[in-house]
Amino acid sequence: MSAAAIRATGLTKLFGAQRAVDGLDLAVPRGSIYGFLGPNGSGKTTTIRMMLNLISPSSGTVELLGEPMPRAAQRVLPRVGALVEGPAFYPFLSGRDNLVRFDAADTRSAPATRRARIDTALERVGLAHAATKKVHAYSLGMKQRLGLANALLRPRELLILDEPSNGLDPQGTREVRSLIRALAADGTTVFVSSHLLGEIEQLCTHAAVMRAGTLVASGTLDELRSQAVREVTVTTADPDAAAAVLRGRGLSPSIPAADRVEAALPDGVAVEDLTAALVAAGVRVRGIAATGESLEDRFVALTGEGFDVAG
Amino acid sequence: MSQAETAGPTAAAVRPLALLGSELATLFRRWRTITMLSALAAVPVLIGIAVRVAGAGSGRGPAFIGAITDNGLFVAFTAIAVSIPVFLPMTLAVVAGDTIAGEASLGTLRYLLVAPSGRLRILLVKYAACAAFAIAATLTVALFGCLIGAILFHIGPVTLLSGSQVGFWGFSGRILLLALYETVSLLGLAAIGLFASTLTSVPVGAMAATIVLAAVAQVVDALPQLDWIHPWLFSHYWLGIADVLRSPVEWGSFLSNLWLQLGYLAVFGALAYGRFTTKDIAS
Repeated sequence: MSAAAIRATGLTKLFGAQRAVDGLDLAVPRGSIYGFLGPNGSGKTTTIRMMLNLISPSSGTVELLGEPMPRAAQRVLPRVGALVEGPAFYPFLSGRDNLVRFDAADTRSAPATRRARIDTALERVGLAHAATKKVHAYSLGMKQRLGLANALLRPRELLILDEPSNGLDPQGTREVRSLIRALAADGTTVFVSSHLLGEIEQLCTHAAVMRAGTLVASGTLDELRSQAVREVTVTTADPDAAAAVLRGRGLSPSIPAADRVEAALPDGVAVEDLTAALVAAGVRVRGIAATGESLEDRFVALTGEGFDVAG
Repeated sequence: MSQAETAGPTAAAVRPLALLGSELATLFRRWRTITMLSALAAVPVLIGIAVRVAGAGSGRGPAFIGAITDNGLFVAFTAIAVSIPVFLPMTLAVVAGDTIAGEASLGTLRYLLVAPSGRLRILLVKYAACAAFAIAATLTVALFGCLIGAILFHIGPVTLLSGSQVGFWGFSGRILLLALYETVSLLGLAAIGLFASTLTSVPVGAMAATIVLAAVAQVVDALPQLDWIHPWLFSHYWLGIADVLRSPVEWGSFLSNLWLQLGYLAVFGALAYGRFTTKDIAS
């Protein structure tokens, strides 16, 4: 059995009295595209920096590809490609020369294949035409692409990508998404952080949600969806009769307005069955809707982000 | 995962020197480095032209300036004597102060570390690049001094301070020796700059701190009230140029200087190591 691509146990980082990351337990299965979600400042980047041995945990441990960090860092990190908190390059060097430098910094990379590997990486991110341009002339999107090329300088078993589509236009975002899918199809485990749920929802097989330094949910996307608190809203001229039907089905309805009945939807109760029951009971149904089913509502509920519009 | 897959990169040859090559190429391709070396090259050129146009004067001014009209190679000596209190330490402080803080402020430090380059390796490579810059800087002054001296003045056998004469090649050897002496003289300051650079992610701060220390050391070295501390100042032997002009060469100050500089390297190298290997890289 192969170990998890990333395993964090009780990972904690204190900055002074502030707990930037607090007791994080995380297991990223091999071969998954793992979304790491959370609002800005929720500890995502601190967690990624601890995974990559840039900052040392106050307590807790990290294993990458089954090996303990930071002890095995020099052995493991060549197998890990990373984009950490935005790309960073030497502005006075060309895109290609920047990649040459970072490849040379990897003591285990082969100089004989360097040129070819860099060409392939630049090609993959659509930057071959700008390879000889100095990076200070690059746009933010081009730097982001170059950062991805740097993560792809050699075949990796694990990619850790912090906000990979930051600064990209919609076209670029789509390209990055399909690039990540292609890499995952080749067997690379991809760990992607984002504060944009839509991004994660379109791409990932798994996700974890951070809030104020703690992990509030994790699992496959379907598991996360099924944890969502769902609610059914019936618009009707007969609210009392509707409420009675719902009560008969084990729900606990409320009547917030003269023509509206709301109730939390327990697991295993389908909205279509409720519709049938209401109609059968002669309730004049104008509309029925299940709300709170989207991952986005779940995300907002978990992270406390956005406006609270609950009635 | 299969054994072959995981063994691939692990089994690959380790090339500890690849980063050094990259570091030197990056350093000496930077406009800033080229500009600083050009400014240093301008020192002997200015001295040569000034002496050629206005004459050597009445024996005042920098060391050896009066000897230039007798022998053009003394331009190199004068230029080094003029550069060692300010220009050489200042340019070195720029390079040394930039080592870690510069990478941190660009954000490239995190990508060097995850490449991965070990932290100790980065420190060693950065220090080696500082030493390479010190060599390049002193050699630039010496070579341009010889060049401009040969163009503008007469070159011939040189009478050394102890009275004996050496020919052109013998004297060139002395000039190289002087360049080496001043390179060694800067090693301590380079270590201080490297340490300062691990303390901040603002390269200008580390550069300024290093330059200020170089100035303070020379001020303290000039105060007779503090003479007990003089032998311990990294700048103490900077102006010990004359010993290279004796026959035979006076190695005493050369060796004292070397030990002193290695002492500074040991202390500040250890401090830089202690700081950098435990530092959280949050930039």
